[in-house]
Parts: sequence; structure tokens; C-alpha cells
Amino acid sequence: MSEPLHYKSVAELSSELSSKKISSVELTQAVIARTKAVDAKVRAFNSFDEADALAQAKASDERRSSAKTLGVLDGIPIGFKDVISVKGQPLTASSNMLKNFVSPYDATVTQKLKGVGAISWGRLNLDEFAMGSSTENSAFGQTHNPWDLERVPGGSSGGSAAALAAGEAPATLGSDTGGSIRQPAALCGVVGLKPTYGLISRYGLIAFASSLDQIGPFTRTVEDSAILLNAIAGHDPMDSTSFKTEIPDYRAELKKRKGPWKLGIPKEYFGEGLDPEVAKAVEDAVSYYKSKGCEIKEISLPHTKYAVGVYYIIATAECSSNLARYDGVRYGHRSKDANDILDLYFKSRAEGFGAEVKRRIILGTYVLSSGYQDAYYVRAQKVRTLIRRDFLEAYKDVDAVITPTSPTPAFKAGEKAANPLAMYLCDVYTIGVNLAGLPGLSIPCGYSKSGLPIGLQLIGKPYGESELLSIAHSYEQEHTWGTRHPNIEAQKGAL
Amino acid sequence: MSADKIDINHLAKLARINLTEQEKERFAAQLGDVLNYIAELKEVDVTGIEPTAHASPVYNVWAEDIAKPGLSVTEALQNAPAQRDNMIVVPKVVE
Amino acid sequence: MNDYEVVIGLEVHVQVKANSKMFTRVKTGFGHPENTLTDPVVLALPGVLPVMNHAALDAIIKSGLLLSCDIAPYCKWDRKNYFYPDSPKNYQITQYDKPICLRGNVEIELPGSARNVMGEHKLIPLTRIHLEEDVGKLNHAAFDSLIDYNRAGTPLMEIVTDPAMQSADEAFAFLTALKTVMVYGGISDCDMEKGQMRCDANISIRPKGQEQLGTKVELKNLNSISYVRDGISHEILRQLSLLKSGGKIVQETRDYDGQTGTSQSLRTKEDAHDYRYFPDPDLMPVKVDDAWKARLKAECPEMPFDKQRRFMKEYDIPYTITSVLIPDKSLSDYFEATAKLCGQAHAAGNWIANDLLREIGKSGEPIDQCKIKPNHLAALIKLITAGTISTTAAREVFSEMASTGELPEKIVERKGLTASASSDDLETWCKDSIASDPKALAEFKAGKDSAINAFKGPVMKAAKGKANPKLVDETLRRLLAL
Repeated sequence: MSEPLHYKSVAELSSELSSKKISSVELTQAVIARTKAVDAKVRAFNSFDEADALAQAKASDERRSSAKTLGVLDGIPIGFKDVISVKGQPLTASSNMLKNFVSPYDATVTQKLKGVGAISWGRLNLDEFAMGSSTENSAFGQTHNPWDLERVPGGSSGGSAAALAAGEAPATLGSDTGGSIRQPAALCGVVGLKPTYGLISRYGLIAFASSLDQIGPFTRTVEDSAILLNAIAGHDPMDSTSFKTEIPDYRAELKKRKGPWKLGIPKEYFGEGLDPEVAKAVEDAVSYYKSKGCEIKEISLPHTKYAVGVYYIIATAECSSNLARYDGVRYGHRSKDANDILDLYFKSRAEGFGAEVKRRIILGTYVLSSGYQDAYYVRAQKVRTLIRRDFLEAYKDVDAVITPTSPTPAFKAGEKAANPLAMYLCDVYTIGVNLAGLPGLSIPCGYSKSGLPIGLQLIGKPYGESELLSIAHSYEQEHTWGTRHPNIEAQKGAL
Repeated sequence: MSADKIDINHLAKLARINLTEQEKERFAAQLGDVLNYIAELKEVDVTGIEPTAHASPVYNVWAEDIAKPGLSVTEALQNAPAQRDNMIVVPKVVE
Repeated sequence: MNDYEVVIGLEVHVQVKANSKMFTRVKTGFGHPENTLTDPVVLALPGVLPVMNHAALDAIIKSGLLLSCDIAPYCKWDRKNYFYPDSPKNYQITQYDKPICLRGNVEIELPGSARNVMGEHKLIPLTRIHLEEDVGKLNHAAFDSLIDYNRAGTPLMEIVTDPAMQSADEAFAFLTALKTVMVYGGISDCDMEKGQMRCDANISIRPKGQEQLGTKVELKNLNSISYVRDGISHEILRQLSLLKSGGKIVQETRDYDGQTGTSQSLRTKEDAHDYRYFPDPDLMPVKVDDAWKARLKAECPEMPFDKQRRFMKEYDIPYTITSVLIPDKSLSDYFEATAKLCGQAHAAGNWIANDLLREIGKSGEPIDQCKIKPNHLAALIKLITAGTISTTAAREVFSEMASTGELPEKIVERKGLTASASSDDLETWCKDSIASDPKALAEFKAGKDSAINAFKGPVMKAAKGKANPKLVDETLRRLLAL
């Protein structure tokens, strides 16, 4: 049974565009139609510009007919998390602070995608300023998990994951600071990749935590992830933290490596708080790899329990400084009743920011403040060194680390919202990867009894995306989790 | 192990955010919980460990001093909440 | 006053001459239409990132080498967090605890006992120099303020001196000397009117002999080198009179008004900021190796005072002439080139310090635009020394050179200015001149040698400037000896 157009992979669509079986306009129309049909229920998009998307599609078809196709992604609509800048489009971070902001410049990844003919399609919802694990912190309303509309899609890139899962885009871009691509990918049953820190340019990504943020792709398949990575990875002179490294052809590399591999299971990741169904799905995946000749080793990442603490010191410290620019002076929300400049700051920021953002700014200000910096910020950076060392030590013996992505499948909206700490602990498996700057990938590895997706996380060596994608690809080839789709039509939308 | 106490008023002032009394109370409690959690870090032995400033140490990342086109005045001010004479307007600043 | 001593420290901000800004590549400039020198990075739009300016790093290392600083082998960038409308990110990228230059000094010259006497030289120690980015400009209107971000992001060096100056004159001398060094090095033009150099002063007084420093007052808004001196003088008097009347000095920041010569309190120490400095995660640290330093050291010019001392020794020209030449490196270079070509340093010095400077002043153009090049002037001086032309003729040649750029020989030929009067005519003119001035003749005969000059004027007049001055002198003496 062939997939409808809106559920085909990028590789398939590219092939059909190439063979002229479909046109980009047709594809884009199908994507738009699907979005209009389901987004009232899913609420993945903050906004989209139908006319602009079709104009881009038309231009792609014209290029194709004059044999001037720009590449594999030419004519393919890609959704953008509303923190990645696209010139002339809104850039809101799902915040009232930037509700009416229209960007005058393109992010580097945007330029790269435009350069290969991809279509920028819409602005996807997120937890405000990328702070959250459920997309409930969006100032524009929450996104719903297409598999169960009463549940969260995860966060902060909830819109990017949900849109893909619901067929509203063939691929989307998100950003990951502590798990914000991988966790929603797991909760929505799609593939989500956070690359090695420095592999993809951050120029044009609204900064949350500068030393942790990375842009990454959401896709239906691992091969699609490689295709997207080919287009957007690479050194950028506009980003001083982007790494100078040889970029392989990730798609070509994918099938070159067949394993078997040595996979590490960190004992600290399988303790308290892990849902038994998730544990079982991950164990089955491990058994699969074992059956294919992979050596499974139990490893120890002894500083795992400090990861969430370290993260919340470093990330909030950096964000408290990164978000200082949102002051109502040059752009963004400005309070109507400011009497003087101080009033303008205090009121605009109070009105523009949501509760979670305020909380993190306050905490970040605290850990950097005079008298506390050594005890918190400096110490956290030292423990971070130890967390990275744990991984690098493990990589002397293994090729990749396998863990669950999220301790539970998608939880119900409102379940954790009242307790910030409980929400923070959703990221317990993903956070260490950002702190260590390593690449991490979540792929579907099963469903709960109630039909909720479960994700498997694979963590690779620094700049070892080729190997990582191959390990994931080999599992994916023999499992059909990714071919299941949510039944949105059968569900009642949230009020 | 208890955490240091947060002076919410002072922090809100440094961060330039007005908090309602309700928010102050709520945040102080919630952040108190987080700080208790974070306090565990004190037990880690970090003797001789350097703080990670950047995952892979790289130096001397720069660009040559060649000017490139910037934004036009229109673009620069297109999102301005208030402007006059091609400049951003703010309430009078007393220096 | 004799019971107290003054302690002054200066914090000087110098804008580095660069094509683009410190952390982004949009153009730098002054006096441009408002908000035409911005880009997303300058405006701190969501999502932007900083990238260091390589040339600005070169400039500060070179400055450090010129001022005998220790250049740190490793330095990094920090965020200084504070909110202000002229600071787009509400943090400034600067260098907090690991600045690129430490220690060093600036040689200054204090006023001498007279205009033609060289004053005392001193070395003022520096604490540190670091790089940071400049802020935008606030323009205050009647009921609101307007912000122009053209200046925001310009590379800025912050130079901090030890609290080691003891008078307003020393502060004045410091800024003058610093400016000269910066101009010599091609680092900055330090034009305070264009905001290229700004200065805050910290002033305290303490009883003579006391080791502990007195309470310091920070003085801001010192908009010219003269205002720095005046403001400091005023502040010293204010503190002295306050102490004498039994008052206490409050640690505060005061704003100086150069027009009225008064100051007022801006803020007291209680409002101290918590800047929450932390290393900027968007920028990589800098390592300075020996090769980098060597490359820049090779570009360093001779220091102004070293040049001055050398000119006085090597060329034996007076202090007063060097004082005119030294502050302008291109003028000094011009002098040296000319002196080497003609071997007449004194003459070269005089012509340049007087006639050339006057000419440049008239045209308003910089010296390298002047049509008279060192070889022109050298040739002219040689012609005078050889006696080929008179000084009067030389002045005419000079003016002509300034407008046409011709070599002096050509002009002399074209205008027939050679002191080529026939010896017969010369004989006649000399006899006539002696005959017409019996008074001078008597003086000369009485032993006053300089009386001979009285005869020269009329001879030259009769010769229409075309008499060879040497011959005139010889002829007169011969006739007078009769």
C-alpha cells in the first residue's frame, strides 16, 4: 500500500519529483491541504504563508523544467521551528515578546536550504524561547500530540515533531538544547537528530543556551536525516563556535557501514522513573542489535545524576544573558504605559515573557550573581567537564551508547505543568548529550499498549554522525515502526 | 543539604522584570526546589578540573577587517516600537 | 595645598581605526546619517552571533608593543551584563580578568620653564589595556531620547593607568603623548571631537606622607584634552576646599561641564552594578604567539620622544623646532627625508617649521598632498647654500613650487631668478649703496661687522633679487676694505 503524498519520505518525494511523477506545486498543495485539514486539531503551526510556499514551489518547477535543479531537496517543503530566522517571515519564538517581529535576515541554515531549492514552509510552534519539554509553554497555545490529542508532543520543538508526524510537512527543522529535538521525536514517533555541537551553524537561531543549542532535522527516516544533514552541516564564518571539519556525504556513507558495532548501555540510565513499557521496547532493540552480532557492553557514566543540575545552571546562566536584549527598545513588545526607561524595561519584559522564561532568567541571574558564581556557574562548568569525560572514556570501548530517549511516552497536557522540577526531569536521558557536545539521534522503537510512540536514543562520538546514522539505519531497515501513522481524523480536537 | 536562599526582589531588579507578589512567592518556592536539587553538585570532587568553556578548544577564530553591506535604515527600524528622524525613540533618559 | 598630594588615574577609551566593527563586518564611521551603519548583529536582533575583527586584535597588540606592555599569551572575552538603551544586547563584550595587555607605560613631557626649554620627562605606568565594543549614541530631545546605533560595535581599546599622576598638567601631558603614539602607530587619530578618544579621571587627595589613598571621585564628560586638565584642576580645588572646611569627600561620579567650569554629582557608590561577568560562549579565546608579536613589532614606528631626542642629537636642531615637527609623524618624516637629501638640517627645520607649515595651513590639505616634496625642498636649500639664488628669490620659488610642483631649478630658469647680475653692475650697486649710507659706513669702520647688512638691502633691490648673496658680501667687503 503506497503512502499518501503527505506521508512519503523526502527520498521518495525527491525521486518522484526527479522522474516528474509529481511537481513541486502538486506536492506543496498536498502539504498545504493536509495542514488545513488537521492543524486545527494538532496546532503545530504558529503561521504559514500559503501564497509564498506555492510561489517557491512554482520557481522550483521552473528550475526543473529548464534543467536547473539545485539538488536533491529542490522543491521539497520543510517546516521551520519558529526560532530559525527566515527573511521576511515572522520570528516569534512562540513568545508575546516577539509576536509581531518580522525578520530582515536569513539564518545560515535557511540560506543553505534556499540555495539547494528547498521550500521554507511555515513557522512551527515551540515552548516559548525553546524553554520546556511539552510545548505547553507556548504563548500562542499548545500543540497536541497527533497520536493522542490530549497529550503533549514533547518540547521544546513540539510543533516540528507534531507537524511531521501529522503529515503537515515532509521534514522539519527544530533545535535542541537539552533534548528539544530528541524528546519530541520520541513522543511523536519520528526520527530526530541533534548533531555534534558546532556541526551546524547557529547563526540565525534564537539563542537560548549558546554552548548547548544546535539546530537539527526531524524526518521520517534515517536516510532523510542524512539528506537534510548534507544540506545544512558545515563550517560557517558567521558562527565562531561552528567547527571546521570535513563534511562527508552523509547519505552516501549511510550504507557503507554495516557493523557489527560495540554498543554501550549506561547502567545509570535504567533506574528509577523509567516507564516499564519504554524499558521493554529499548531492551528489545538492544536484543535486536545483539542478534545481529553487536557486542553489548554495560558501561558507567558515573556523573549522570548531576547532569540535570549542571544543565539548569549553565543553560539558565547563558539564557539570562541571551534574553537581556528583549527589552522593548529596538524591536519586540514595548509596554504601553512606561513612564521612563527603567519602567519600559521592567514592564515590557514582565508583559512579554511567560512564566517559565521568567523563572529561568531569574535562576540564571542568581547563579551568575556576585557571591554565587563560583559556587554555581564555575562549579557546574567543572562538573560538565567530568560528564564529557565519562562519555569519552566509554568511547574507548564502544562505538555508540544506547538509551531510552524519554523516561515515559507522551504524558497528558497539564500533568507536569505545575511542577517545573518534574518537567525538567523529562530531559534526564538527553541532557548529558548536550553537555558533552555529542551527536544524539532518536528513532522510533515501538509503541505502548495504548498506541503511544516510544523512542530509542543513540549517542555517537564527536563528529561521528556517519557512524551514528548507519547504526540507526541498520535497525530501521528491519523494523516498521516508522510506517505507522496517527489517526487524527478519528480523534476529537481539544477545546 | 539545603540551598542558599534566593533574594527574588534583588534578582528581579537585576533582570529588569516586574514580578507580581504572587509570582515572587511562587517562583521563590519553585526555584528553591530546583536549588535544592542543584545543591547535590557540591558533593562532586572537582579538584584540578578545568571548567568547560567550549567542548573542543579552538583559538583565534576571526574574520578579516573587510566591511560588508549592512541593513538599510528602513530594515533596521522595521520592527521598531517607536521611531522618529530615523532613530529609535525611548522615554527621556537622564544620564 | 602643600600639605596634600594629589593622586590621579585615567581611564581612556580609544577607538581603533578599522574598516568594520569589532564583532561584525558592517562599516564603521562618524557623522553618517543616523542608523545607516547597522546590521542584525549591531542591533542585537534575535539569533545573531559575534565574530572577532582580526585587524582590531593586531591594533591592540601593536599598541601594547608600542607602550611596553606585557602581551598576554592567552586572553578571552567576557560578557559585562547591564541594561542601558545605548547597549543593544544589554551586555557588552569585553575582557574582564584576562586582558590582552598588562602593565606598560606612556612617556610624557611636562611644560618646561620657558617655551624654548624642554620640560621634565616622566613615565606614567599603565595597569592594563583591553579590547571591547563601543555603544550607540543617545540624543536627548525635549521630552524623549533618540538612539543612533552607528557607533555601536566600533572596536574600542580601554587603557587604564595606575593612579600615578600628580597634577592636571600631568594628565594633559599624558593624553597628548598617548594621542601622538596612537597616531604614529596608525592605531587611531584620537580626535576627541569625533569621539575617537574619551577620558574619565579618578581623583583623590591625601595628606603628604600618607600611604593610604584618599576617597576617590570619578570625573566624566571631559570632552577635550583641555577640559580634562581644567576638570581635574577644578576637582582638586573642590576637594581641597571641602577638606579645609571640615567636610568629607564622598565617593561618587561627577559630571564636568567645560563651558561653565563646574561639576555636579551623577551618582554615588551605593548604586554599584553587579555585572555578572562570565566568559562569552559565542567567542573563542585568543592565543598570541611570538610570530604574531614579531610581525607587529616590525611594523612599529620609532616612538615620538625617541625621535625627538635623536633629531636633536643627530641633526643638532633646536628643541623648539623639534616640538613643532614631532607631534606630526608625517612632518617629522618629511624633515628627515629633506635633511638627508640636502645635508642642511637647520635650514630644513626652519623652512618646514615656518614656510611649509604655513603653506599647508593655508591649503588645508595634509602634507602628503602638498606639491612640495622633500626632494623639492632639499634642492631649493642647496641652491641657496650655493649662492645660486638669494633668500628673497627662494621665497618666490617656494610659492611657485607649492602651486605647480615643479623642481626649483626649473622655476629659477623659467623665471630667470639666478643671482646672475654682471660683476660690473654689482660693483656699481655696491659702491652706490655704501655711498648712500654714511652712518652704516662709520659703524662698520668702527668695528661693527653686522653693519655690512645695511648695505645689502639696497644692492638686492637694485639687483631685483638677482644678485648672488655671497658675491654681494665679498664685493662689499672688498670695497669697504679700501
